Amino acid sequence: MTRWRSARAPLIWGALGLAIGVPVALAAASEQLAWRDPVYIIAGFAGIIALGLVLVQPLLIGGYLPRLSAYRGRRAHHWIGGALAVAILIHVAGLWITSPPDMVDALTFSSPTPFSPFGVIAMWAIFAVAFLALLRRRLGLRPRTWRIIHIPLAIVIVAGSVVHCLLIEGTMETISKVALCALVLAAAVKVMIDLQVWRKRQAPRGENVARQ
Amino acid sequence: MTTVVFTRRNLLAAGGSVLATGLLATGASGVLLPARASGLAPTESMSGGANNYRKGAAIVERIGKGGFWMSGTVRRAGDGAPLAGQRIQIWAHTVEGREHEPQSHGATLTDKDGRFRLEMPQIIPIFGQPHGHLAYDSGEFKTVFLRPVMRSAKETSLEAHFVLQPA
Repeated sequence: MTRWRSARAPLIWGALGLAIGVPVALAAASEQLAWRDPVYIIAGFAGIIALGLVLVQPLLIGGYLPRLSAYRGRRAHHWIGGALAVAILIHVAGLWITSPPDMVDALTFSSPTPFSPFGVIAMWAIFAVAFLALLRRRLGLRPRTWRIIHIPLAIVIVAGSVVHCLLIEGTMETISKVALCALVLAAAVKVMIDLQVWRKRQAPRGENVARQ
Repeated sequence: MTTVVFTRRNLLAAGGSVLATGLLATGASGVLLPARASGLAPTESMSGGANNYRKGAAIVERIGKGGFWMSGTVRRAGDGAPLAGQRIQIWAHTVEGREHEPQSHGATLTDKDGRFRLEMPQIIPIFGQPHGHLAYDSGEFKTVFLRPVMRSAKETSLEAHFVLQPA
């Protein structure tokens, strides 16, 4: 029991590192990279890293990452949300440079590729959350109002990102890609169950009470 | 030999089993009709088919070093008669270059049976799908842009079929 407790923190952090690191490393070993120029490669990896950040977000807000206080977890959630928006901008900009007509098709929902609309919808949901998060204080959004806005958008981001990623044939290795997508879904579902996001409450958890 | 004519959309709708039966799936109605039936519907351009198109690619023996085969047929709408000597332009993201680059483009002519076949470098996935582009753009018939998708990036050939209507 005590041995598990002492090993728990490094195990969880290590598992998180592997969950994101292995898909990135296997994509970095993809033979497809030989036929791509640097801008396209950067765009692709920005997308993979964005998916990894979508995994981290619910873990932070659910308090599942050990040795990270609720306050610091929340701060990290804000910064990683910003990083996610930047990663998506790099992803879209890089793909635009690689093939402008294909990117225009995707953004206008007229692309022949079935995964594009999922990615574009998730992108707008990410931008909407980031934008509202920046203005949250200025708009005077109460925690409950914020949750009503953020949670549906978070569901759109998670579902859209996972479908987008799974349907793409690219540099990601299939098994590690499916595993990462499954973890993203599992983390999002777990945090929603644990925080009972569908319930109408003022203060769902201890630290919220403490902060209010 | 029966020629199987299909578009990707019809193929998806009708299922792979259609292939073996030698039937033609028509675009407008989605109903299966015998290939010899009158009123063969013209092929519609596929969405994204014209992306990275370059006008007037030269007729070539082979695009780049080759290793991959793009083939297909060109027929006339209505009676389905094969169209000989039709210029088909082909381009794709390959191991030798990106889609928009001139060396990734080439054109070929159909033979007396309306068939074309052009060797090109191996197509690789770009924008999440391994796909090629083909255009009929000579003006005698209505311009058509196709964007067939490979079932797997490992395949070394791809087919696309044109049914053209007068411009």
